[in-house]
Amino acid sequence: MTRLLASLRIALRALMVNKMRSALTMLGIIIGVGAVIAMIAVGSGAKKRIAEQIASMGSNMLIVLSGSSTSGGLRFGSGTVPTLKVDDAKAISTEIPAVKYVAPTLGGVAQVVFGNQNWSTVINGTTPEILEIREWPLSSGRSFTQQDVDGATKVCLLGQTVVDNLFGGIDPIGQVIRIKNVPFTVIGVLAPKGQSTGGQDQDDTIIVPLTTAQKRLFGMQFPGMVRLIMVQAREPEVMKDVENQINDLLRQRHHIQPNQDNDFSVRNLTEIMSTAQQSASVMSLLLGAIASISLIVGGIGIMNIMLVSVTERTREIGIRIAVGAKGRDILLQFLIESLVLSLIGGILGIGVGIAGTVVLATFTQWPTLFSIEAIFLAFLFSGSVGVFFGFYPARKASLLNPIEALRYE
Amino acid sequence: MRFAPCSLRLKGKMEPLIQVQDLVKVYSLGEVEVQALQGVSLSIDRGEFVAIMGASGSGKSTFMNILGFLDQPTSGQYLLDGINGERLSRDELAGIRNQKIGFVFQGFNLLSRTSAVENVELPLIYAGTPTSKRKEMARNALSQVGLEGRSHHHPSQLSGGEQQRVAIARALVNQPSILLADEPTGNLDSKTSEEIMGIFQRLNREMGITIIMITHEPDIASFAKRDIHFRDGKIVDDHVNLAPSNAVREEVEK
Repeated sequence: MTRLLASLRIALRALMVNKMRSALTMLGIIIGVGAVIAMIAVGSGAKKRIAEQIASMGSNMLIVLSGSSTSGGLRFGSGTVPTLKVDDAKAISTEIPAVKYVAPTLGGVAQVVFGNQNWSTVINGTTPEILEIREWPLSSGRSFTQQDVDGATKVCLLGQTVVDNLFGGIDPIGQVIRIKNVPFTVIGVLAPKGQSTGGQDQDDTIIVPLTTAQKRLFGMQFPGMVRLIMVQAREPEVMKDVENQINDLLRQRHHIQPNQDNDFSVRNLTEIMSTAQQSASVMSLLLGAIASISLIVGGIGIMNIMLVSVTERTREIGIRIAVGAKGRDILLQFLIESLVLSLIGGILGIGVGIAGTVVLATFTQWPTLFSIEAIFLAFLFSGSVGVFFGFYPARKASLLNPIEALRYE
Repeated sequence: MRFAPCSLRLKGKMEPLIQVQDLVKVYSLGEVEVQALQGVSLSIDRGEFVAIMGASGSGKSTFMNILGFLDQPTSGQYLLDGINGERLSRDELAGIRNQKIGFVFQGFNLLSRTSAVENVELPLIYAGTPTSKRKEMARNALSQVGLEGRSHHHPSQLSGGEQQRVAIARALVNQPSILLADEPTGNLDSKTSEEIMGIFQRLNREMGITIIMITHEPDIASFAKRDIHFRDGKIVDDHVNLAPSNAVREEVEK
């Protein structure tokens, strides 16, 4: 312990003697650690934003879309032909135990009018379960109920964007808006969700009871049909099973022969999102790795300076060995020196990294996220860089021949 | 601290401090082999003050390095206080140097940017002496060479003679069995040289410290009690100096 303290003092003094040199050597580590911290913050920020978007979409969600159609050789996309019935949704709900909620949905774009304002938005006719599936709370008012669906009442829930565009400061609850000239009473406002991963404004929407949408707005052509069914599984592990079971169930209900294609499609949105999250993770790892390279370059700088220092101080090392310093005393002295360089560099680098990230976030509006783990890891990494790159010069010093070292000019 | 097996330790009361038997050292410089020492034998008792003289290349420095456990002989035997360094590791030899040997060099070899007292402490650091005791011992050693007032001066603030006295204090601080001085006055003027010799004589006379000193100046050698001459790697003369010169005694007082 005494020896360790003594070595520490010797190392600190040696670093103080060459202040400029020590500072420049540290700069390599400062930049390295700063870069690692900033890059990890940017990467985790991106990851966090994707995670938030997944959460805003609703978890464990599957979407069953009605099938594509062919008309005169022209193929239309999914959902263009209504092949899904409300009964299909009920069957999914009752026959697949792992399903928690279903929400059959029929929708379209329509012009909405309130007073002298008008706005074009997406109208979704669905069941109250939609709010559970999408984990979408109300910011004011109340939701509609199964009674509203059964009775096809003319009530609606507005997204925040619709509220902003139709009601300038007026409380929308209880007001009557006209959708395709049908009067609807506003009973609730949906809490803002922001943009989806695709960049769509999720708040630019109106939700009405499914039956009302079928009877009053979109469903005249194909009664009892829906465009899609939102399904929420009970837990993430059963997503794949639920997907297969829905497939089997609907093929059976739609009397599809084994050699025929589905007239519907099942999309596992969580899977798509987790792919996005994985790519964000890879990006964050890549950024960290690139930044780590600068830390390694900083380490090489330390090694370089330590080698110079060992050569310059050959005589000093010779004196120390002559008066009884053992190999490990010399090794320790120089290792501590490089460790002190790298750890002080590491601490300053943390400051530079945080400051740099804040500046970057302010100018680019990128989401950033600091994690204690990343900061701790970068600090630890800088320490190991110091030990790793300091070892060779320190070992070289500890193996000097005292006679030659004392003769060194 | 580990020492060599003690089977070689002699039991007699008059056991010499240093026993050297047929010491040979051969350096190979590429193709050429240089015989630096060609069979040197001698013994030195405790309390002796020996001057080793000889021209450069006579092997006296090589001999000194071996005596100081800085170098190993090619063949032959060297015992210091019964310790045989032959089979000891680098670190074990460092431990012996630390405990048993004090070095004084021609070029002082102090650490610059380090105060006198810290220079003197250096061997104690490697001996693992606790800090408080270290300071005390270093100050004592400095007062033995008459530098108690200058313990916080750095080498650049001290004269050559003072620097050499710091080096002597460093050599003494661990209470070694032997003080090895390699041309200790080589860089000093004659007055300062005499002061240093005065310190050596006093340490030898009053504290019984064994001193072996290399010099090529007969004036300096005349202060020692025994003169040994080297030529071509051999001892050619070894005699007791019946009337050593007496150095001025005031060197310590200011």
